[in-house]
Parts: sequence; structure tokens; C-alpha cells
Amino acid sequence: MSCVEQMKYKLYLERTSFKEAREYIEKNSEEVYYVDPGYKIFKDYYIIGVPPVAMGVRGKEILFTYVKPCHGTFVMGIDSDEEIARLRDRESEKIKSSLKGGMKAKAESSGAPASFADMYRK
Amino acid sequence: MDECKTCLLMMGCPEVPVQMSIVLYLSNKLKNSGIDVTVAGTDAALKLLKVSDIDGCYVDKTMDIDRCIADIVEKKIDFDCCFAFMHSDAGLTYAATMSAISHAKLYAVIFGNHAESLSDTLDFPAEKIMAKAVHNPIPLKNKIDKVIA
Repeated sequence: MSCVEQMKYKLYLERTSFKEAREYIEKNSEEVYYVDPGYKIFKDYYIIGVPPVAMGVRGKEILFTYVKPCHGTFVMGIDSDEEIARLRDRESEKIKSSLKGGMKAKAESSGAPASFADMYRK
Repeated sequence: MDECKTCLLMMGCPEVPVQMSIVLYLSNKLKNSGIDVTVAGTDAALKLLKVSDIDGCYVDKTMDIDRCIADIVEKKIDFDCCFAFMHSDAGLTYAATMSAISHAKLYAVIFGNHAESLSDTLDFPAEKIMAKAVHNPIPLKNKIDKVIA
């Protein structure tokens, strides 16, 4: 049994398909983040899912999918400032690294001919 | 299958009878070919397996399915190939997770009453082994035999 089952949680969808659970999170969250399958939350729950795996933030609550082989997919909500902060930090890291990548590509493309002589040589 | 030295058989919910039969059959076949086989499943599925194979003739290693996923994510274990058994959306979701977290060559073993529609929704890299089998394991066994021959 995962630690999330021992926490204080709310169930918003029960025994549904993963696709429907993802759509519920996308439609009913104030913020939506996408993580890879296997993303770890709380002490020991590794998210099971078909990419893209949506996680939502609604107020102080984190919404996520919880899959049981015999019971299907559930949408669970647990209050957690820590997990919300971790999701937001992860997202800003992703943006920073993609900006760095973009700037690097721009720098490389602007490193083209420095003079007309160089251009003619090409 | 020539390059496969370690193999995971990942069971879904044990409610469809053919699954246990095929898992024991496939585990035995792979074991006899010199492959190190681990079977992962829910508590109920593993209990069914242990009672069916009380002396461990067909299966050497078993593992809780969620522990298995956790250990693969944490890079403590991985496998060369994986047969993911599925007859429901939840089974497919576990297989999709394996596809994302593991380097194993993935075989999607699809069975049950909704095998065809389930097969149509599978959109991750996996070799499909599909038969609309519920009580009779032979159609699925024949498809498996072609893959492991």
C-alpha cells in the first residue's frame, strides 16, 4: 500500500480511465503541470500513467492520478504546499533551461559571417 | 529474444483466467531458455501465482508491481525485455509507464473481452501480442509461441 492511501485525501473520480482522469485534472485545476510517468510524490508514490501525465493545483490542493491494476484510475486531491512548490520549481527550471537553449541557438546562428569578406569566401 | 537475459512478466489484475495460465507457461519457457525471469503483480495476483506454483517449479522470483516500478525509476533494477499483461485500461496504463521508465523491449500481451479496442488505444512503442482470450488460453499461447520461438 502506498503512503498516499494513509494520508488525508479526497477522491474526485473513481474507477475511471486514465484519459478521463487526465481530462478532469486539466479542466478542474487552476494550474496544470505535466510530468513523466514515474514522477515521485510524497514519500513513496511513483505516478503511473500514459504520457502526458497531468498534475493539477487547486488552492492548497494537489490533484493527481492514482492507478490500481484491479480498480482503474482515481483522481485524488491532497493538501500539500511542499508538493505544489516542487511542481512550480520544476516548471520554472524547465523554462530557464529552454530559454538557455534558445539563447545558445541564437548565439550560434548570429555567429555567422562577421564581415563581407567572410560572406564572399563562403 | 536472443539478446534477452533478464525478463519481467508484469501481470495486470488477475480477474481474467488466461493470465495466470500464460504467465506460468511463459515463465517456464523463458526459464528453460536460460533467461532470468521475474514476475511482478498485485498482492492478489502473486498469491494466486504462489499457490499455483507452490514448489517454485515455473517461477523463481516475484515482486510487488508498485515496488518494481519504484525500483526501475530509482535505477536499482531494469530488464532486457518485459511482457506487460493487460485486459483493461489500468493494465495499459502500467505498460505505458514501463515504456517510459525502462530500457526493456516491451511486449504488450493483450487479452480479454475488450482486447481489440484496448489494442487500438495503445500508442507507445511495444510489440503487440493480442488474442480475444478469456477462459481458453490456447489462442494467446499460440501467439506467444510465435514471438519466443
